[in-house]
Amino acid sequence: MNSPENRIAIVGAGPAGIRAAQTLVAHGLNPVLVDEGLRGGGQIYRRQPENFRRTPKDLYGLEAAKAVAVHAAMDALATQIDYRPQTLVWNAEDQRLDTLRDGRAGHIDYSHLIVATGATDRVLPVSGWTLPGAYSLGAAQIALKYQGCAIGEQVVFCGSGPLLYLVAYQYAKAGAKVLAVLDSSPFLAQCRALPHLLGQPVTLAKGLYYRGWLSANGIPVHQGVSLERIEGERRVTGAVWQQNGKQKRLDCDAVAFAHALRSETQLADLLGCNFDWNPLNRAWLPSRDSAGRSSVEGVYLAGDGAGIMGADAAEMAGERAALALLADLGHTVDKARSAELQRKLATIERFRHGLETAFPFPMDWAAKAPDEVLVCRCEEVSAGEIRAVVDEGHWEINRVKAMCRVGMGRCQGRMCGAAAAEIIAQRSGRAPDQIGRLRGQAPIKPLPFGMETEQ
Amino acid sequence: MSPLIETDALVIGGGIVGASAALALALKGRRVALLERDFCGSHSSGVNYGGVRRQGRPLSQLPLSQRAHAIWHGLSDLIGIDGEYLRSGHLKLARSERDMAALEAYAQASQGFGLDLQLLDCAQLRARFPWAGDVAVGASLCADDGHANPRLVSPAFASAAQRAGAQVFEQSAVVDVNHDGNAFIVRTSNGLTLRTPWLLNCAGAWAGELAAQFGEPVPMHTSHPAMLVTEPLPMFMDVSTGVEGGGIYARQVARGNCVLGGGQGFGLDSARARPGQAAVLEILRNAAELYPPLTGAMAIRTWSGTEGYLPDREPVLGPSIVQPGLLHGFGFAGSGFQIGPAAGEALAELVCTGTSSIALDAFSISRFQTAESKKQSAPTDNVITLHKGRSSQ
Repeated sequence: MNSPENRIAIVGAGPAGIRAAQTLVAHGLNPVLVDEGLRGGGQIYRRQPENFRRTPKDLYGLEAAKAVAVHAAMDALATQIDYRPQTLVWNAEDQRLDTLRDGRAGHIDYSHLIVATGATDRVLPVSGWTLPGAYSLGAAQIALKYQGCAIGEQVVFCGSGPLLYLVAYQYAKAGAKVLAVLDSSPFLAQCRALPHLLGQPVTLAKGLYYRGWLSANGIPVHQGVSLERIEGERRVTGAVWQQNGKQKRLDCDAVAFAHALRSETQLADLLGCNFDWNPLNRAWLPSRDSAGRSSVEGVYLAGDGAGIMGADAAEMAGERAALALLADLGHTVDKARSAELQRKLATIERFRHGLETAFPFPMDWAAKAPDEVLVCRCEEVSAGEIRAVVDEGHWEINRVKAMCRVGMGRCQGRMCGAAAAEIIAQRSGRAPDQIGRLRGQAPIKPLPFGMETEQ
Repeated sequence: MSPLIETDALVIGGGIVGASAALALALKGRRVALLERDFCGSHSSGVNYGGVRRQGRPLSQLPLSQRAHAIWHGLSDLIGIDGEYLRSGHLKLARSERDMAALEAYAQASQGFGLDLQLLDCAQLRARFPWAGDVAVGASLCADDGHANPRLVSPAFASAAQRAGAQVFEQSAVVDVNHDGNAFIVRTSNGLTLRTPWLLNCAGAWAGELAAQFGEPVPMHTSHPAMLVTEPLPMFMDVSTGVEGGGIYARQVARGNCVLGGGQGFGLDSARARPGQAAVLEILRNAAELYPPLTGAMAIRTWSGTEGYLPDREPVLGPSIVQPGLLHGFGFAGSGFQIGPAAGEALAELVCTGTSSIALDAFSISRFQTAESKKQSAPTDNVITLHKGRSSQ
C-alpha cells in the first residue's frame, strides 16, 4: 500500500495542500509537497519573512487562530515529508510534474497527485488599471501581510466580494489611510442574500464586523458603485466612479480592486482533466466528485483551485481528497469523518451561493468597458481590439486569442482571461459558457533559457 | 435538412493549401465551397513556425516554391493583410566543416532555380550577423526568404476566398463522401450536403483517410514540432535562422518576441498535440549556444501541431489515379506554409484546365500504389491517449 510505486505528490502548500499532506502522513504515507511560495501557508495565511516579528493577531486578525494552526501543521510536516518550497510546477504530463527551482529544471514522478493550486483575483479592468499604484485586492493584501507595506498613503478599495471589506479593514487597522470602500454590489443584494448566509453565522458575523468597523471608524462605504476609471499620468492620482447616475471622484495615490477570486486551473488543464462550466464561479472548472476525484485517475482536486470556497473549505477539501486517495489505495479510512467533511463542505457551498447573491458579478461590466481599456496588459490588447475581432465573426475564445493576441503573453490569460471571455460573450451575443474555454499551454509561468537540469 | 449545395469544386480542409485553392478557384470565377471541421487555419497551417523559406527544400519542390515566392510577394493585395510577412532573409548555420560542405553542395545543386544563395565563411558570418553563436562556423544566406505570422496568414487566405465568392463552412466535419458516377456527394456533421464534380483533398495530416476510401492509401504518419516563444526582447535577430542537419530554428518578430522550434512533441489525440517537456527543455538548454542574446530570456508559451509526412518527405499533390475528379494536396512534411499558396493554385489550375503549369509528377500519389503499400493504413504510432501522454520515458 505504501509501496515505492505509490508516490504521492501535492501541488500547493496552502490550507488544502497542508491538510492533505497531514492526512496522508497520519496514515503512514510520505507525500512530496511542492509549493511556489517561500514558506507554506498559501496566500490567505501567507507568512512574513523569518526575521519579521508581527504577531499572528496583527497579521491575520480574526483568522489568527486558524492561521497559527495551519502553520503549525506545516512546520510539523516540513521535517517529516519531502517538502519543496520555492518550486514552480510549470508543466505536467502523465505521472510526471516538471519543476523549476533556483533556475534548475527537474521533475517529480508521481502515481497519485493532489492539485491544490489556489486562486488569484478576478480582475475586471477599468481605464488606468495598469498605472503604478493600482493593485488587485489580493496583491494589496500580500504587500501588507508579507512585507508590512501599504500600497499607498491614501488608498481606495473597489470591486466586490468578502475580500474587499477584509483588506480595507486590515489596511485601516494597520494604520493606512483608507479613503473609501466602493462596493459594486447594491445593498439590496446583500439583504436578499441574508437567508443563505445565515447557514454560516460565524463567517457572516465576521463579514458584518469588518463592515461595521469600517463605518464606525468613519471610513465611507458606498454601495452600488461602478468604478469608472483610475486617474493619473505617471501614477495613480484619483478614482472616478458612478453611483445612482452621478459621477464622483476622490484624490488618492493607490487603488486596490477586484471582483472576487478565480481558480488557478492551468495545472488541472495540462493534466488532461475534464472541465465543466460552473455558473456559481462563472468559470470553467475541473470536474470532480464530492470527494475531490478528478476525471483523470489518480488526480485529485482540493481548495480554491477547483472552485472558490474559501480557506475553511480548502482545509476540509484537502483532508477529504487525501481520504479519498487513501481509500482508493486500499487504506482503511474513517468513513464517518469523510461524511462529516462532505456535509460541512455542502453547508459552505450553500453559503457560497449566498455570497454570490450578496456580491453579484457586475453583469454590465462587459458592455460598459470603454474600447480603449486595456484588457490584456501583457500583450497590450484593448477591449476595442477584442470587439473588432468578434465583429469579424469570431466567437471562440482560442480563435479570438489567435486573432488579436489576448491572453498570449506572460500570464497566459491568468489575469485577463475572465475579462476577455466576458467581452467576447457580450459582443457575440452568446452566453459565457458558449464561447469555448481558453486552453492551457505550458509553461504555467515563464521559464528561463539556460536552465540547468537535475538528473 | 438544408438544401443541396451544388458547386464546381469542393475543397476539404481549410488550411493554407485548401484555402489557397478555394481562393484561386473563386478568383477564376468558379463556384467553390470550402469545408473545415474546426476553424480555417487553426491547425498546422496556423500554428507552424512561420518560416517562408525556399532554402533547403528538395530540388524537386523548387519550381513550385519559386512560384509561391511570387505569390507571397503580392500577399497583402491577395489576402488583404500583410500577415507580418517580412523578406528578412533566411540564414542556415553550419556547425562544422562537414555541415558547411553540405551547404555548399546545396548552393551548387540549386543554382538555376533563382535562390541566389550567399555562402558566408566564419569571418563573413561574424561581420554580418555578430549575434550568431561561436558554434556556427559558416552559413548560407537566402536574402529573399523570410517569415510571417501563420496564425494570421492562413485564416486570411480563407477569408479572402470567402470575399472572392467561395462558400466557407467552418465547424463542418465531413462525415460521408460518395461518388454517384457523375459527381461527389459530400455530407457534413452539421447537416450540409454538397454535390460537386471536383473534390480537393486538402485535409493535411488527416487526408489519408479519404485517399484510402477511394482505394489509394498512403503511408502517412504524423509529426508534432515543439515550438515556443519568448517574451519581447530587444531586436537582435534580423533574419530567420535554421541549422544545417537539423536543430533549433529561430526568428524574431517585430514585437521583439523570438519564436523557436526544434525537436518533437506528442499527439494528445488525432487532432491536438503538445510540445512535450523533453523538447522544451532541449530548446531552453541549447538555444543560447546558437543564439547567445537569448541568455536569460524567458519562454512564455509553448505549442505544437499535427503535420502529415510521407516516407519520402515529399507531398502528395495532383490527381487521384483511381477516381476522376479527385485531387490531392497534402503531406507537406512540416514545410507547407511557404509552398502552400502555390500548391493551392496548382490544384485550381488542374480543375480549370486539366493541367498544372508547374510539373507535379514528383508528387503523384501513384508513387505509393505498390502492392505492399496498399496493405498499409496510415499509422498513428505517435498518438498517445490524453491521460497517458508523455513526451519521453
